Amino acid sequence: MEETVHAEETGLTFHPLDQFIVQPLFGTGEVHWYTITNATLWMAIAVLAIFALFVLGTQRRSIVPGRVQSVAELMHGFVHKMVEDVAGREGLRYFPYILTLFLFILFVNYLGLIPTAFTPTSHIAVTAVMGFGVFIAVTVLGFVLNGAAFLGLFWMKDAPLVLRPVIALIELISYFVRPVSHSIRLAGNIMAGHAVIKVFAGFAGIALISPLSIVAITAIYGLEVLVAGIQAYVFTILTCVYLKDALHPGH
Amino acid sequence: MEGNVADMGQFIGAGLAAIGSGAAAIGVGHVAGNFLAGALRNPSAAASQTATLFIGLAFAEALGIFAFLVALLLMFAV
Repeated sequence: MEETVHAEETGLTFHPLDQFIVQPLFGTGEVHWYTITNATLWMAIAVLAIFALFVLGTQRRSIVPGRVQSVAELMHGFVHKMVEDVAGREGLRYFPYILTLFLFILFVNYLGLIPTAFTPTSHIAVTAVMGFGVFIAVTVLGFVLNGAAFLGLFWMKDAPLVLRPVIALIELISYFVRPVSHSIRLAGNIMAGHAVIKVFAGFAGIALISPLSIVAITAIYGLEVLVAGIQAYVFTILTCVYLKDALHPGH
Repeated sequence: MEGNVADMGQFIGAGLAAIGSGAAAIGVGHVAGNFLAGALRNPSAAASQTATLFIGLAFAEALGIFAFLVALLLMFAV
């Protein structure tokens, strides 16, 4: 989002999208690719939190896991089961990548729910890298594993012959829309949720309805906690579905 | 009141795009409602289908998010 200048601040002001402005952490000036911004900071915090949970937390490798280790084992087992159920046993080779995606999105989403925190996943630039990363990886993998047979994904064998070119065209379009919807779904959900909280916070400026607005913020915050987890889950499970297409393009 | 016709068109367009959110709400409600109807008929099979439920919800919801995105683009980017 580009920086907007708010000249007059009179009465009720809504700037629900100001929270998504990427700012340099030190000083002011232009944001280059190497500038350390608030997005960099919160992504780094997420990575450090994951590191603390998964590397430091499981260092003792006790047979009877402690609190931190059981949380790590729970998450590992959850994603492991998801990959196995959706993508099949062959999909487990790519389990580390999917676990990494899941943990990063989950931690960034939840850390972003801390008041005044910045949520990197609310930016399409961040989610598009992950979405297109999955898309390119899956497409390359499909061609490497299946060769030209991967194109069978678009050529429906069980459809009537007349309809097959039409279906192939539709399938082709829907295949290329995948990374777009994959990334925009995550960014849109997170951005919309945070913007709604800000809009209700704007209503708190009116004394008459401010108690109602605070109750509404609390309720929506609860919903956002749910959405943060569900969106991480959805992103991961769709990655598994796409991976299954690359592993078994026939069906 | 001041402003020009292009601004007005932007806001009207953004409002029209918000209809898409309502349509997505209908879709998401259909998915969840039908899942619940099926799950109550055969509760033992419900647990194995929650992943399908979330995939269906995600696809239905994505189009609503697209509508929301169009509204945002009209409001802030055009």
